[in-house]
Amino acid sequence: MIMIVKAVNLALLFLLPFFFAGLINRVKSRLSGRMGPPILQPVKDFVKLMKKSEVISVSTSLVFIIAPSITLGSVIVAGLLVPMSGGSSILSFDADFILFAYLLGLGKFFSIISAMDTGSSFEGMGASREGTFAGLVEPPFFITIASLGLLGGGISFSGLMKIPFGTGDLTGLVFLMGVVALFIMVIVEGCRVPVDDPNTHLELTMIHEVMILDNSGPGLGYLTYSSWMKMVVMGSIIANLIIPEELYYAWSLLLFLAVIALLAMVIGIIETVMARLRMTHIPQFLFFMTSISIVVLSTIVLFISGGLK
Amino acid sequence: MNWAVTKNNRVLPLKNIPVLDMVQLRDGIIGKCSRGMRPILFFADRREKSPMLYAALADDDNSRILVSSADISTIKKYNAITPAVPSFHLFERELHEETGIVPEGHPWLKQVRYSWNRFNRAETMENYPFYTMEGEEMHEVAVGPIHAGVIEPGHFRFMCQGEDVYHLEIQLGYQHRGMEDLFVKWKKKSAIHLAESIAGDTVIGHASAYAAAVETLCGTEISRRAQSIRAIALELERLAIHIGDMGAIANDVAYLIGNAVFGATRTIAINTLLAICGSRFGRSLVREGGVLYDISAPLAREIKTNLKKIHDDVTLMGETMFNSAGVLSRLDHTGTVDTDTAKSIGLVGPAARASGVPLDVRTDHPFGIYRYFPVHKLVLYSGDVFARTYVRYMEVKQSIDFIFEQIDNLPADKPLIMETGRQQPACLSISMTEGWRGEIVHAAVTGRSGKIERYKVKDPSFNNWYGLALAVRDNGISDFPLCNKSFNLSYSGHDL
Repeated sequence: MIMIVKAVNLALLFLLPFFFAGLINRVKSRLSGRMGPPILQPVKDFVKLMKKSEVISVSTSLVFIIAPSITLGSVIVAGLLVPMSGGSSILSFDADFILFAYLLGLGKFFSIISAMDTGSSFEGMGASREGTFAGLVEPPFFITIASLGLLGGGISFSGLMKIPFGTGDLTGLVFLMGVVALFIMVIVEGCRVPVDDPNTHLELTMIHEVMILDNSGPGLGYLTYSSWMKMVVMGSIIANLIIPEELYYAWSLLLFLAVIALLAMVIGIIETVMARLRMTHIPQFLFFMTSISIVVLSTIVLFISGGLK
Repeated sequence: MNWAVTKNNRVLPLKNIPVLDMVQLRDGIIGKCSRGMRPILFFADRREKSPMLYAALADDDNSRILVSSADISTIKKYNAITPAVPSFHLFERELHEETGIVPEGHPWLKQVRYSWNRFNRAETMENYPFYTMEGEEMHEVAVGPIHAGVIEPGHFRFMCQGEDVYHLEIQLGYQHRGMEDLFVKWKKKSAIHLAESIAGDTVIGHASAYAAAVETLCGTEISRRAQSIRAIALELERLAIHIGDMGAIANDVAYLIGNAVFGATRTIAINTLLAICGSRFGRSLVREGGVLYDISAPLAREIKTNLKKIHDDVTLMGETMFNSAGVLSRLDHTGTVDTDTAKSIGLVGPAARASGVPLDVRTDHPFGIYRYFPVHKLVLYSGDVFARTYVRYMEVKQSIDFIFEQIDNLPADKPLIMETGRQQPACLSISMTEGWRGEIVHAAVTGRSGKIERYKVKDPSFNNWYGLALAVRDNGISDFPLCNKSFNLSYSGHDL
């Protein structure tokens, strides 16, 4: 049974990113009164990019060529650590979330230096923004995950998820805050509104998009795909916080898919009705995530020490 | 008398224009401008043995235009006017480029449309002393001339410290087609097509200005019905572009719903122009002597139905957008041009009205049907992107009301289009029109045969590009696209 679940999860890890991206676009189109592209359009885009050849600027070095593969690879390995359907991850060990965070960091590091490698002033600007914002979301991520781990009694991703609903009124509240903090992380990692605008054509306002301006063909395909996958991977953590554990696998799988689809829809709605934040206000938005994570931590510490009943 | 007094769309014989020497002209200009007048034309006419420099100042409070001239056949240099009257800076650069005359003491005597000095080939853009800033954290970002998306070419160079813009240098001229000379070279019946192509988004505005300039020279007063149809088309063009701009501004702050709704509404507006004249951009409607297409009763009903829909959609979306905290936080205090700056650099159009400078040719120098149906000036004072967006929103509604009024009172006189007759010889005619972007000025100088021998065009972009450069100072570089969209200036209108 566990092998089947792991096989299903592996398939989900690779297939869900397409649905996720397609669903966001479909929601945005429908809400703004357009038909929109088919939900599986991202698959076609990805295949199209894979068939193309790559244009590589003469000013770049080896870093630029290997960076897309490293970024995609790091996200895939990070995805293996995260529990997906049925609450089980493909790989699991103690403190795996630290590896998880640094795998994402590794991918980011390579996309940043590959952007700098092109020597373009736009890409340097994007790299500096990406670096700043990535640095700001890392601490709240650790605080949130570690606090939830403290409550669940585990120090791995699989351990976090061992808290069923209804153990106390407080846990529900803490979980909700954890979900909000992680949702902000989904937006930052996925480069979505209100932090970044994936649809803009204006280089000067871009963050993630400007860093991949020089990429083309399979390299661009890897980077786009890895950015969709990151959202699904982060979304899985949220899904597993929400889904109760003692369920038949089929129900658990269905619920998991439903939560992921819901996340995509929420992102689609946000992108339709919200404006993007001013660049100088984005750090405030990220500090908001930090403050939530600190509230989560202090509540849990008080709870465990018996200060809260 | 050092100045000849004339009005918008009134012919002025060249012999009535005083000829001063350069020092007198300069002092006169500085004196007049210190009393609130502003330059609308400053151009050289080099076709005869004694080249002349014409200067026209607008006296907006009294609806007058003051014209004077100087003989520049022997002049190689003079003391620049720009240090005293900053709004002259681009006019003097243009004069320098076209004649080689050096305005001494001009702070920024760069070529306007050419990448080299036409009178001294050694001076090119390669060795132009561009502004530079030095420091550990200073960096320059070069954008263009080829941009993402299908827009016109222009080069922007930002001097930044981190994310903050210290200065923006705008380099244009890539679209220079020699428009003014073509007006003289081409056959008269083709010239209207040139006028329609000065700026692709201001077809009605420039065509009306050209047609009025020619009609003035011929002494033709076109029928009231034709005047009314021109004004309807001009307002349709205004509201269509304004709605499109609001959509584009929404898109720049990633406010998807605003972009979608305004984009769809703009289509209704340009389709209304299509229903009138068969072109969504209003080509082939305005001709010398009148208009080519009538507005019949069924068409009038269709226009009113469309306008009702536009009004409802724009109001609903506008109220939602201007009440959205996220949108407002992007628009407020972004790209501010204060009133003093706007006045001194000579902004025109909605950009000026958003900065508290009440300028509107429809009111100040009324032309056509606006002489009988005045419009109110809509002025805001904050001068930021919000003001420029909101002025557009108010003007859309005003234009809709104006068109309703015109359609209900469409004069019945004939003919729709008439022969214009002969142009008066040796005359200057100045024609001002309020296009959607602001004040359009056309000037025609006729020779002894009555043929136009010098034609001068001033698009509002010519005044306003420098406003954009000042607006982005001390702003984040990531807000530049938003500021740029809020001005929405024409490259080809500037480059001619």
